[in-house]
Amino acid sequence: MTNNLQLNAEGKLKHFLSIEGLSKSLLIEILDTAESFASMSEQQVKKVPLLRGKTIVNLFFENSTRTRTTFELAATRLSADVINMNIATSATSKGESLLDTIRNLEAMFVDMFVVRHALSGAAHFIAQQTAPHISVINAGDGQHAHPTQAMLDMFTIRQLKPDFSSLRVAIIGDILHSRVARSEIQALNTLGAAEVRVIAPKTLLPAHVESLGVSVSHNLTAGLKDIDVVMMLRLQKERMSSALLPSESEYFKCFGLTEEKLKIAKPDAIVMHPGPINRGVEIDSKVANGPQSVILKQVSNGIAVRMAIMAMAMQTAPGKSPVTGAVQ
Amino acid sequence: MLEIPELLNNLEAELKQLIDQRQLLNPLMLGIRTGGVWIAEQMHTRLAISEPLGLLDISFYRDDFSQIGVNPKVKPSHLPAHIEGRDIILIDDVFYTGRTIRAALNEIFDYGRPNQVILGVLIERDGRQIPLNPDCVGARIILNTGQRIKLTGPEPLTIHLETLAKEA
Repeated sequence: MTNNLQLNAEGKLKHFLSIEGLSKSLLIEILDTAESFASMSEQQVKKVPLLRGKTIVNLFFENSTRTRTTFELAATRLSADVINMNIATSATSKGESLLDTIRNLEAMFVDMFVVRHALSGAAHFIAQQTAPHISVINAGDGQHAHPTQAMLDMFTIRQLKPDFSSLRVAIIGDILHSRVARSEIQALNTLGAAEVRVIAPKTLLPAHVESLGVSVSHNLTAGLKDIDVVMMLRLQKERMSSALLPSESEYFKCFGLTEEKLKIAKPDAIVMHPGPINRGVEIDSKVANGPQSVILKQVSNGIAVRMAIMAMAMQTAPGKSPVTGAVQ
Repeated sequence: MLEIPELLNNLEAELKQLIDQRQLLNPLMLGIRTGGVWIAEQMHTRLAISEPLGLLDISFYRDDFSQIGVNPKVKPSHLPAHIEGRDIILIDDVFYTGRTIRAALNEIFDYGRPNQVILGVLIERDGRQIPLNPDCVGARIILNTGQRIKLTGPEPLTIHLETLAKEA
């Protein structure tokens, strides 16, 4: 059910909610399509008319700068009209339910929702409830998934290391609270990475983490050996309700990525971080700004990948009316 | 009946005549991917145009996007920095409905306002759906219903006349 929800009757992308349930070939199609849009960023005119006349609502129930901005840029480069809903000052804070908010926006003839929500499953819920012509893109839901972040990271990795089958990737830090980590693990496994290794203290790992298809290490020094891609995660202070760590400085000492520790990974390893960075907490400034860091490349690629996903989700089946879904 | 060398000669002659007639001193030639680029490369050499050939990929400007979706292998367009005020010679392989040229013109005009645009195609076939016409052609042909013409290349350039199976 949840798997099919993302695809239309022809097996094409309709909603983009989670990496789970999407085939390797579909992920590759997203990456290939993004490649086309990436070259556009270097052109004098960075705009194409693919989604002209479409209205996209950025529905952010949780704060975001990078994700919302790149979604907005991606939509405007596709010539769509974009509305940014500032939920903190909207009807939700006056007590309106999520479903009522959605119904009201539907009544304004919108075509796509880009949703970020603090609750896991919010984007799924909206996709299930919304009118059939509307597409829903998950821009991060609770601790569940952040699939566009995973795809832009796959895109960035593929630019530099095209062969996933020989790739050893380490994901380091707060796996427990990280929707990014879950989506990355699913994407890497779907694309056939040789190894996905999570490195974290026991308190920041979910129970039975091995069942996600990863190997586990609790020691950064030992864990970085033979690694091609180092993915750092942000220490999510705002989600840390109980005392899972002694202190930030203690964390940096054990799990912070420094130039010294990076030397343990392969010499051509790349360093990634989904942002925002806590310098001196999970990553040393010298590494974040260093030659192996691709952090800003990730941000640029976010635009092309989000363009690809939005364009793919907005294509309607041949011969069908986008509004009623009926054959004309 | 359709011989590539002859078609190329015809197109070259027509283009040459129009360039002389309109006294174009420094035209800019653009080829539409993929087939149009092969023809444009030939014309670019034969007409000794000094400025490098521009490449146009109109995939993002197609009017049937909502039906067929995005082609994941779109290559970037390479247009020179200044389209404004230029005399442009646009080249494609087969002129059929006119929709490709509509898309190409839209893309060109997104980059600036050219002084004029001349359209040259290797083959013009019947079936126009948009009020556009090529200025220079290698040959004009009329096909039977269900027939389609296709160019493969670049080496060798070959014309294929295909008969499509009737649609169910």
